[in-house]
Amino acid sequence: MDPVLTKYVREPNSYTLDFFLKHEGYAGLKKALAMQPNDVIEAVKASGLRGRGGAGFPTGMKWQFVDKKTPNPKYIACNADESEPGTFKDHVLMERNPHLLFEGCLIGCWAIGAKVAYIYIRGEFFHVQRVLEAELAKAYAQGYAGKNVMGSGWDCDIVIHRGAGAYEAGEETALIESLEGKRAQPRIKPPFPAVEGLYNCPTAVNNVETLCNLPAILINGADWFAKLGPEKNGGPKLYCLSGHVKKPGVYEASMNTTLKELIFEYAGGIREGHQLKAVIPGGSSVPILMPDQLDIPASFDSVQKAGSMLGSAGIIVMDETTCMVWAAMNLMHFYKHESCGKCTPCREGGDWLFNILAKIERGDGELRDLDLLTSVSNNIAGKTLCAFGDAEATPPLTTLKNFRAEYEAHIREGRCTVPADWRGQVLVEAGH
Amino acid sequence: MSFHPLMPYGTRDWHRSERVLLPKGEPFAYTPERAAKLEDTCAMYPPERRKSAVLAALYLVQEQQGYLTASALRHVGEFLRITPAEVEDVATYYVMFFKAPVGKYVLQVCRTLSCALAGAERVTESLSEKLGLKVGETDASGMFTLVEFECLGACDRAPVVMVNNEHWHEKATPESCGKLVEDLKARGVAALTGCHLNVEHL
Repeated sequence: MDPVLTKYVREPNSYTLDFFLKHEGYAGLKKALAMQPNDVIEAVKASGLRGRGGAGFPTGMKWQFVDKKTPNPKYIACNADESEPGTFKDHVLMERNPHLLFEGCLIGCWAIGAKVAYIYIRGEFFHVQRVLEAELAKAYAQGYAGKNVMGSGWDCDIVIHRGAGAYEAGEETALIESLEGKRAQPRIKPPFPAVEGLYNCPTAVNNVETLCNLPAILINGADWFAKLGPEKNGGPKLYCLSGHVKKPGVYEASMNTTLKELIFEYAGGIREGHQLKAVIPGGSSVPILMPDQLDIPASFDSVQKAGSMLGSAGIIVMDETTCMVWAAMNLMHFYKHESCGKCTPCREGGDWLFNILAKIERGDGELRDLDLLTSVSNNIAGKTLCAFGDAEATPPLTTLKNFRAEYEAHIREGRCTVPADWRGQVLVEAGH
Repeated sequence: MSFHPLMPYGTRDWHRSERVLLPKGEPFAYTPERAAKLEDTCAMYPPERRKSAVLAALYLVQEQQGYLTASALRHVGEFLRITPAEVEDVATYYVMFFKAPVGKYVLQVCRTLSCALAGAERVTESLSEKLGLKVGETDASGMFTLVEFECLGACDRAPVVMVNNEHWHEKATPESCGKLVEDLKARGVAALTGCHLNVEHL
């Protein structure tokens, strides 16, 4: 599959408006503005575009749920809070093709009747934000955003809103809360943002990559998009390969591509002299897949069928030098730190899961700690306001399921049985 | 949750419900330029929703004063027409705000899985050794603060270090930390690699 989204990311100046305009820039928006908003939604539905933020929810359907009858303003909130461990595709898109994102936001606004799109960009991406702001100013200056967009008579604004360090702000209702100037804590759903979102108005929260796919759908057609991948898993997909691979990076491929191909061909395979041990296919919040489970298409449906999820397509590859107890502990530190604190199971359970794993990692573990890990995890998953709880419970459960023997060896021998030279000597608890 | 270098986070005695009291600090008011900038930011949201600009407001405080104090939060509340409690709610939640003085260079090393697999733990230890600091501390000269951060979203260029919430350094190695520290002292943020996709502009 020829690259669509990342076709020009290695070319100098690919981020500029001039370059964009020379390469079908804003042609999708032009088409959209000549269509009825509802027809744009139908086209997106027909394309089968699924959200690229992690949930894979059909975008056309999400837009269809937007309450268009209310007199309240509608909003598009672009989720550029990319914080899922192992994920860095939006980083590349925003930095190298910001106008594609602006075009996607504007198409989305036209489709659902919004006049403002807020791009919620994580605070740590300030170097990316500078590019976005400079290019947005140029888009405004040349009439691609703001008043009378492309001479259509329609006004639409794009506002860049900087976050300040909170993984939970990537959850759609927590993102809305953060946009409103509060703590990034989720709301109960229903009501869904499409009905009551930002400022209690209908809002569609869409991931950067999702929005970046819209221009191509309008230019090349919904059919073209749907046929690029397996059924119901169409369109180009960005995969983030990281960890113990020779060539980590963002790779664009169709969802027909297998995980095995992505790891061993695109990313060059495992680093010299080592063997694959485990793979997290979709960012740290999804279960592990073992080496014999990788001959499957890297699509939403196939990965789900195999027992994991494609999620944000953040493929983290671990070789045999990785201690799975340590890996689970590393991720539990992330989750306990990032828990917003609203739901008791997640807030308290996250701390405890980390403490138990640290205890095992230090060499003080007991066999009953494994039962405790399981029971605490099961008391978090499914019992929280948002999917963070499920994500938080995943590392202990999935590593226990696939590597129980390693945990038991750790406990029996009172030490890490998979030492590695790239690990540190000191266990840093939470000295931030 | 918010973590800051000089607060006693992470101890068993710390409970999240405990009220965070920021030091009062000097009386604070935005410079005219910053006040104007913040007013422009407020204009990007509905007029009755000035609260949406609170994160921008706190960044401006940090730019002006280096860190947040209770006086500054009070001023932000007045400016945005919200209560000091609402500002404090946000200031204590987000990780990128400093609630005590920090060094000239705050080295924020990513510690999450992909960077850790690439050796980030050893980078942190190496920096810790070179600077003579434990994670979370600022050195006596006020030049460096060393903290750990969660996934910075550049996992293919791991290990990644952010500096002062704005600057970026990629593919740090334990061996190159000594040179990085010396370079920072000599040349400031020009010593950093920047984002490798970003290198030729900005």
